[in-house]
Amino acid sequence: MLSKKQAKIFFLGGTILFMLIFVGISVHSLMVGIPENTNASEITDQVRLGKQLWDHNNCMGCHTIMGEGAYYAPELTRVYSRRGETYIQAVLTAPEGWGFRGRKMVKYNFTENEVAGLVAFLKWMDKTNLNGFPAPPSMPPPLQPVN
Amino acid sequence: MKFTSQKIAYHFFALAMLLLVLQIIYGFIMGFAHMGFDVLHDYIPFNAASATHKNLLVVWILSGFMGAAYFIIPDESDRELWSVPLAKLQFWSFAIVGVIAVAGFHVGWWEGRKFLEIPRPLDYLVAGNVILFLVIILMTLLKGKQQTTTSWVLTMGLVFAALLYLPGMIYFDNLSVDSFFRWWVVHLWVEGVWELIMGGILAYLLIKLTGVDREVIEKWLYVVVGLTFLSGILGTGHHYYYTGGPSYWLMIGGIFSALEPLAFLAMTVFAVQMYRKGNKKHPNKLALYWTMSTAIVSFLGAGLLGLAHTLPGVNLYTHGTLVTAMHGHLAFWGAYASLVLAIISYSMPLMTGRNIFDNRIGHLAFWCANIGMIAMTAAFAAAGVAQVYLERIAGYDFMTVANEVKPHFFVLILAATLFTTGIVLFIINFTKFGKPTDEALQSEEQFEALKTA
Ligand code: HEC
Ligand code: HEM
Ligand code: HEM
Ligand SMILES: [Fe+2]
Repeated sequence: MLSKKQAKIFFLGGTILFMLIFVGISVHSLMVGIPENTNASEITDQVRLGKQLWDHNNCMGCHTIMGEGAYYAPELTRVYSRRGETYIQAVLTAPEGWGFRGRKMVKYNFTENEVAGLVAFLKWMDKTNLNGFPAPPSMPPPLQPVN
Repeated sequence: MKFTSQKIAYHFFALAMLLLVLQIIYGFIMGFAHMGFDVLHDYIPFNAASATHKNLLVVWILSGFMGAAYFIIPDESDRELWSVPLAKLQFWSFAIVGVIAVAGFHVGWWEGRKFLEIPRPLDYLVAGNVILFLVIILMTLLKGKQQTTTSWVLTMGLVFAALLYLPGMIYFDNLSVDSFFRWWVVHLWVEGVWELIMGGILAYLLIKLTGVDREVIEKWLYVVVGLTFLSGILGTGHHYYYTGGPSYWLMIGGIFSALEPLAFLAMTVFAVQMYRKGNKKHPNKLALYWTMSTAIVSFLGAGLLGLAHTLPGVNLYTHGTLVTAMHGHLAFWGAYASLVLAIISYSMPLMTGRNIFDNRIGHLAFWCANIGMIAMTAAFAAAGVAQVYLERIAGYDFMTVANEVKPHFFVLILAATLFTTGIVLFIINFTKFGKPTDEALQSEEQFEALKTA
């Protein structure tokens, strides 16, 4: 039967081993994989500004991006290609706050430069390689009656 | 209660109860918003409610853990707490930082990082506070007459939880890197070091409540926490599938996170086996109920419902939908919320000398809360699965789907009302104990359960 000492060795040994493996793989991800998938070299000052605004306004408290955040408002990873630049500008500058499909977004008073930053950020996000997320809908469109 | 200094735990438990009530209120605000009644939008927009709901959760659970440590460590080490005045200072500073953080969320003082919304300057205060807490605990442990495995596992869990908070404080321009380190905190907490804390507290409760020999319980404790890290560390990969990580995480995260339920299953089997071996003479039935439900419901919420969406092929569609919220609720409830309620139920009679062990209100609280939470999980599941099919598989617009799943949020509110009734009853019982008193001091717990071989 397993003794207490053996159990302890199992715990300590396993933990240290897997921690080292994890840190090793993480270093590779951070140095090589993520910069490649996210086009890190294309993070301009505009994108940086956008990321800061994204952070300061806690957009993630309603939206998801890369599938992370809250589930109250649309997924924004691919919003740039889904809606286009003008639509996004309209969302961010709506004088009474955006939202006409039943839910309201917060009303923001962004400057032109800030809007450009957020757009640049979403444009950068649009081009990231996320291993196939979000997946294209796999169901065919509903049958249309023939007349 | 063996030492007067253990009474400090009461403060933390009372704070936890207060914050739990607030957390629930914000839950209702969000539930109604999902249903279409976002009436508070101008005062508490959804993102403020969601930051508050999630952070209050983390803070009250941590408050419960701290109270548990202040109660357990002196008992296990067989000496008074190292410094009661410092512990009081730590309590008040913890409470004040918590209040400032929550107030700040309402005026936009935050960072948009789910679960870690507390802004940087406050992070330093939190860190300082936690260091003070750890010093008090470690000094007590090291100067104690004995150092048990249970107390070491609990303490190490607390120390590593503090260390892991640090990577979450660094700012990155790349959202993907930001998120990478956010998971070092959030995932490695709930599926790593917090399980150490959970294992430590459960072991303590099982030793006390079942009367099974400490050596046996602590041996299995090592096995359980060993399994946790074996699977949980590389299991972090399940958050790197679709957030910019390289594709090897699909394989690594898929395999290891699918093994994580084993650790939770081991926890369940461990508790059930110890209960069966025990002499079942301990009169504190409520503490026993909460202890066993922690072991069982954590397996359902974290283990089974985690497994349900952890494989990359499934997660591709469920990632970032209400399916995640379904799992988040039952996992947090089963593993950590119930655990805190268990240690409260066990320790309050010992601190106050009032033997509320087995009363009707207590049992009603237990069943309403658990059934209510399971029903809430079912409501989230229905909404989540519908969302996945309509939005992700059939390709309807997000808002179209959101309007379609509203009825499930009505069900959620009903279930949440039952759940809340349970919590209110629990708190009524809590207040019935009154304040802790030195009259409750006794050198050993008086119950038969402790004296079996
Ligand atoms: C209070 C919650 C809330 C917050 C905070 C919020 N949004 Fe929104 N947002 C919404 C809702 C709801 C919609 C959908 C409205 C509709 O379509 O009727 C939306 C829509 C959008 C859209 C269009 C998406 C689409 O597919 O139609 C973009 C882009 C957007 N928001 C960006 C942002 C940015 C950037 C921030 C942070 C500065 C932000 N949002 C903060 C709730 C919010
Ligand atoms: C009783 C009333 C409660 C209600 C009505 C409620 C409702 C909600 C709602 C609507 C969300 C937001 C989902 C979104 O992002 O759109 C949420 C998030 C969350 N709640 Fe609750 N909640 C309640 C209690 C609790 C309790 C007791 C816990 C913990 C034990 C909890 C843990 C969480 C967690 C972890 C999240 C984040 C989930 C995620 O983003 O995946 N909630 N809750
Ligand atoms: C007590 C333990 C656990 C708790 C408290 C917990 C809680 C949570 C929470 C709150 C989230 C949402 C996080 C966010 O989006 O910010 C989440 C996500 C997730 N959890 Fe857990 N969890 C636990 C254990 C597990 C286990 C054991 C598994 C796997 C078997 C698992 C699988 C997942 C997956 C795959 C996600 C990502 C969902 C997505 O892609 O949106 N969890 N968990
Ligand atoms: Fe995880």
